[in-house]
Amino acid sequence: MNKHAIVVDKLSKHFGDFKAVDEISFEVAKGEIFGFLGANGAGKTTAMKMLCGLSMPTSGSAIVAGFDVYQENEAIKKNIGYMSQKFSLYEDLTVKENIKFYAGIYGISPSKIIDKTKQLLNQLNLEKEADVLVGQLPLGWKQKLAFSVAIFHDPQIVFLDEPTGGVDPITRREFWNLIYDASAAGITVFVTTHYMDEAEYCNRVSIMVDGKVEALDTPFNLKRNFNVQSMDEVFLHLARKAKRIE
Amino acid sequence: MEKLNSNNKAIIVDKITKSYIAGKKKVVALDEISFEVTAGSLFGLIGPDGAGKTSLFRILTSLLLPDAGTVFVDGLDVQKEYKKVRQRIGYMPGKFSLYTDLTIQENIEFFASIFGTTFEANFDLIKDLYSQIEPFKDRRAGKLSGGMKQKLALCCALIHRPSILFLDEPTTGVDAVSRKEFWEMLQLLKAEGITIIVSTPYMDEATLCDQVALIQDGRLLDIDTPDNIIAKFQKPIYAVKSSNMLQLLKTLELNTAVEKVYPFGEFHHVVMKHTDGSLQIPEGTEVKKIIPNIEDVFIDLMRNHE
Repeated sequence: MNKHAIVVDKLSKHFGDFKAVDEISFEVAKGEIFGFLGANGAGKTTAMKMLCGLSMPTSGSAIVAGFDVYQENEAIKKNIGYMSQKFSLYEDLTVKENIKFYAGIYGISPSKIIDKTKQLLNQLNLEKEADVLVGQLPLGWKQKLAFSVAIFHDPQIVFLDEPTGGVDPITRREFWNLIYDASAAGITVFVTTHYMDEAEYCNRVSIMVDGKVEALDTPFNLKRNFNVQSMDEVFLHLARKAKRIE
Repeated sequence: MEKLNSNNKAIIVDKITKSYIAGKKKVVALDEISFEVTAGSLFGLIGPDGAGKTSLFRILTSLLLPDAGTVFVDGLDVQKEYKKVRQRIGYMPGKFSLYTDLTIQENIEFFASIFGTTFEANFDLIKDLYSQIEPFKDRRAGKLSGGMKQKLALCCALIHRPSILFLDEPTTGVDAVSRKEFWEMLQLLKAEGITIIVSTPYMDEATLCDQVALIQDGRLLDIDTPDNIIAKFQKPIYAVKSSNMLQLLKTLELNTAVEKVYPFGEFHHVVMKHTDGSLQIPEGTEVKKIIPNIEDVFIDLMRNHE
């Protein structure tokens, strides 16, 4: 088996003359927590869509969870999990129904769903809320549940698109504990965030500017290379160079 | 009722309560909230999603009635004189609410005409902002990127030169650079004499306000200048770092002198139980005593409120 969860080589996506993603190349190791940063409009979402098998690249190559984004995009979808702040769970289904629905989509057997649901509710301390509509849960609980549902089928990689936006500072940190647990269990985590302190929690961070990956390294090395004290400064330094009008 | 006549208060909120029925449960969105905002100041309402920020904004802008309590905006009772209030305020909701099938130019002119003014009359106020979206003025609002939509929405909220501007989470989902630029623009509007009330889930933006209210679960945890809020935090707090951060976190969690330890960027922040508490740390750990920031204070207030 390859030791990389994701291998991207000169991946591009053009819309007419517009190069939304412009020859990006990187590798993500198995079990790594990989921060995918960039200003609004830098091309993060377009790049993520390609890696999730939802959008065909214009050129370049990408192997995700061992599958080719051109030929095997359906296999990619089965082997990854995805969660975003904007869309995660069905608000008008209960906690239990959401778990059952998502697990069913991924083809997990009913008996396994029952066992794992019990375990999950216990782990999240949500046993009492099992039959509560998700829409009635506080945002922080929802986000933690959404993450657990996204990795319910034991994917190789989980993609998290701004998972902690608007979440209170305590829950935000609890959420990152779940990320660490998933990473320790061997799941590769690919995460975007606008909170620069969270960039520090990643093993490595890439920063996209105008469709290109402008920097990629550990937070420590990025700060050293740019000779600054914080990831916030690294980000400001790079993103200010953006020429695209967003 | 002397305070109602005082001219230097742009907003006076007195014991506002609001609850909703969700399913079979009653949810208290706002629980006897009271505060005042000085005219011409930049006031921040800081709190996570679901804290009650949007309910409060809707009540202040006359779009929602409270269950109890009174609100005066620019000296006017929001319930009794809502028509006058609406003439004097600008409101930018968190959700994009302009007409998506009108162009940039049409949207601004539409809002100007609703307020009985013209695009030209108050152009100087939005000049800087407008120049950034002018190249796209004939593009429909629905086809704009997030950043441009936000700038257009702010133009529309300002075109009648309101005395008080309400901005509900203008920077949520916005990257660090654009957030910084947005706040620079708010300082310029403040310099024009406009009172600004802005809500945000980003704790670091608190320091850019003259005064902040920290809100959680419908209650104000504190309300003061950012400096005073920080100064009230009495417990010693340290930033620590080592080569194995996870191990360090677990070790410090077992330390009985430590009240709370949590990750904070490249460091862990360690809050001590007692004011005279000194920190015993494993060898090879970098440690420095720090001044807490608003997020540290918020975490502490949240924990001690529960």
